[in-house]
Amino acid sequence: MGAMERQDTLLAVEGLSKTFQTGAGDVHALKDVSFSIPRGSVVGLVGESGSGKTTLGRCLLRLVEPSGGAIRFDGTDLLALGSAEMKRMRKRMQIIFQDPFSSLNPRMRVRDIIGEALVTHGIGKSRTERRDLTAGLLEEVGLKADHLSRFPHEFSGGQRQRIGIARALAVEPEFIVADEAVSALDVSVQAQILNLMQDLKDRRSLTILFIAHDLSVVEYLCEEIVVLYLGRVVESGTARKLYAEPAHPYTRALLSAAPVADPDAVRNRQVLKGEIPSPLSPPSGCVFRTRCSFADEACAMQVPGAVVLSEHQTSHCLKAGSI
Amino acid sequence: MVDAPAIPRTEAPPALAKDIVLEAQNLSTHFVYKTRTAKAVRDVSFTLQKGRTLAIVGESGSGKSVTSLSAMRLLGPTGEIAGGSILYRKRDGTVVDLARQSQAAMRKIRGREISMIFQEPMTSLNPLFTVGDQIGEMLLLHERLAAPDIRRRVIEMLNLVEIPGAEQRLDDYPHQMSGGMRQRVMIAMALVCHPALLIADEPTTALDVTIQAQILDLIRRLQRELAMSVLFITHDMGVVAEVADEVAVMYAGEVVEQAPVKDIFAHPRHPYTLGLLASIPNARRDFDAAGARRRLVPIPGTVPSLYAMPPGCAFAPRCPYAVQPCGSPVHLERIAPKHLSRCIRAGEL
Repeated sequence: MGAMERQDTLLAVEGLSKTFQTGAGDVHALKDVSFSIPRGSVVGLVGESGSGKTTLGRCLLRLVEPSGGAIRFDGTDLLALGSAEMKRMRKRMQIIFQDPFSSLNPRMRVRDIIGEALVTHGIGKSRTERRDLTAGLLEEVGLKADHLSRFPHEFSGGQRQRIGIARALAVEPEFIVADEAVSALDVSVQAQILNLMQDLKDRRSLTILFIAHDLSVVEYLCEEIVVLYLGRVVESGTARKLYAEPAHPYTRALLSAAPVADPDAVRNRQVLKGEIPSPLSPPSGCVFRTRCSFADEACAMQVPGAVVLSEHQTSHCLKAGSI
Repeated sequence: MVDAPAIPRTEAPPALAKDIVLEAQNLSTHFVYKTRTAKAVRDVSFTLQKGRTLAIVGESGSGKSVTSLSAMRLLGPTGEIAGGSILYRKRDGTVVDLARQSQAAMRKIRGREISMIFQEPMTSLNPLFTVGDQIGEMLLLHERLAAPDIRRRVIEMLNLVEIPGAEQRLDDYPHQMSGGMRQRVMIAMALVCHPALLIADEPTTALDVTIQAQILDLIRRLQRELAMSVLFITHDMGVVAEVADEVAVMYAGEVVEQAPVKDIFAHPRHPYTLGLLASIPNARRDFDAAGARRRLVPIPGTVPSLYAMPPGCAFAPRCPYAVQPCGSPVHLERIAPKHLSRCIRAGEL
C-alpha cells in the first residue's frame, strides 16, 4: 500500500492527525496517518483499545473533525468541503456502529429509523415510495417487511445489527465504515452478519473500511490491513502477507497473542510486556519502543518512516527488513 | 439473601469420586418473577478433576454464568436452585453440597475454598477503597491477621500477580489502574487466601489480546504453583483451546457435550458444537487452494426464549440433523469413556 496514488483509489488519507485538548494536556489520538483504500476492497483497520481506530473511522466521515492532514474521497478533498457539501458527501459514505443496542433510537419504529435516512437525503418522492424502499432494504438484509412497524427492543442483537446495516445502505453509499460491526455478536450470529456483508459488498460494489479487534475475522474478510498503535500506522499491506510474515514487531506480537481455536496449534508466542503508553505523553521516537524487544537507542531518537518492503507490505520500523 | 438451605437436606451423605473437586449433578437454577419463571439452567451435570481446568463454553444466554453463580450461591433475590446438587470437595477432604449450604456456611467457603473473578474488573472493585485495602479485607475476614501482616501478604500477592512497584501500587485506587492491572488486582484478591478452586467468569473478555495473553499466562502459572482447580467460563473457543483440559459446551441452559479439549475440537459429537466451530472464521479452512474465500456456515435462526423452550432437544429447531424423536426429552449420555453428548444421533456425527 506504499504507493499513495494507486490508479483505482477510492479513499486516500495523507498525514492525518487528530489532537484532543483535555484538562490534562493534548491527547494525540492520531498522528501522521497515511493509507489508501482501493475501490471495491475491504480494508481492515486493527489495533487495540486506545490505538485510535474508532477516531480514525469517524474522522473519515468528519463526524470527528481532524486536526490536520488530508482525506481525498474519489478525488475530492473532504476537509475543504463546507458543512452542506459534506452532508451531501455523506450520502456516499456511511458508518455502521458496534453496539446495536445503543445506536438505534428505542422510541422509533424500524420504518422511521430507516425512513429518516431517506428523508434526510431526499430519497423517495412519496411516503409510499419510501415505505417500499424501506421494505426492500429490510428484505435485502434478511429481515421481513412485517418487521417495519416494530421497535428496536423487539429484535435480537443480530437482527438489530441488520437494521443498522439497512439504515446505512438506505442512501446507497459507495463506502462504508464498519466500526466493530460484529464485535458485540455471538459467533454463530457473527457468521450470519459476515456472510451478509460479503453478499452486500458484491451485490452493491461497496468499499468497506472494517474496524475490528478480532484478528481471525479480519483475516477472513479483508484484502488489505492497516495496523495502528497509539495513533500511528505501524504496518500495512495485504492480509495474506501480513498474516504470513508480519514485519513490524507489534504486528507479530498482536498476531501471536490472538487465541486460535485449535488446541494443537503450534504456539510461538511472544507475550508483550507492559501496556500501551498514555497518549498524553507518548514515547519519543518510535511509540512502540517501550514494549519492543528489538528497540535500541536509535528507536528513541528517530520517528520511523514508512519502509516499503514490497508492493504488498510497508512497515514503520527503523529495523524493517533486518529483523 | 435468605439464610435457609436452598433445598431440604437429603439423608445420604454426598459421595464424590476421589479425584473430583467439583461435580454438578442435574443442577437446575430458576429466576422467579411475578408472572413467570426463567429456567436459566436445566439439568446441568459436569465434573471438574482436581488440579485441572474445565471450561464451560457457550453463547449469550446459554446459562454458563448462572451455572458458576449457582456454585458460589450468588444468585440474588430472584434466583433459586430448583433441583440437583453441586458437590465440592473441601481442602480437608470432606464433601459438601453447595446447593444445600446456608449463606453463613457459604461465607466461609467463598474466598477460602472457592474464589471467583469476573469479566469487568472496574465494576467488581470498590472505587472508594485502595486496592491494598480490598485485597487485605479478605485476610481480615478469613484469617484475622494484624495490619502489618496483612500489608506484607498483600505485597507478596501483588508481586505474585506481577504488578510492578507493588509497595506503591498498594495505595492506588482502582481508577488509577489500567484494565489489565485491575484484573491482576482481582486475581490477587481471589487468590490471597489460597482457595482450592478458582471460578473465572470471562476474565479476559474486556481486555485487549496482548493483555489477554498476559492474564491467561498468569492464571496458568498460578494454577500450577498453587495447585488450584479452575472452572473457566468463556464464549471464546480460542481461549478454550488455550486454557482447558476438559470442556463442557452449554446451549439454552443445558450442557450439550462434555469431553477432553482435543476431542471437542477434533471430534465434536453434538450438532451445536459442530455449528459453533463452523461459525468461527478460520483462514486455514475458509480459503481454498486458489485463495478464494468460502462462505461461513452460520447456525440458522436464534436461541429459543427461556420462557418458550421446545419440549424436546432445545437445539432441534436449528439443527440440520433433527429428526422426529428429537421432539422428546434428550439426556446427556456417555458415548465414549470420556465423552458425553446430549444428542440421539451422536453416534452418527
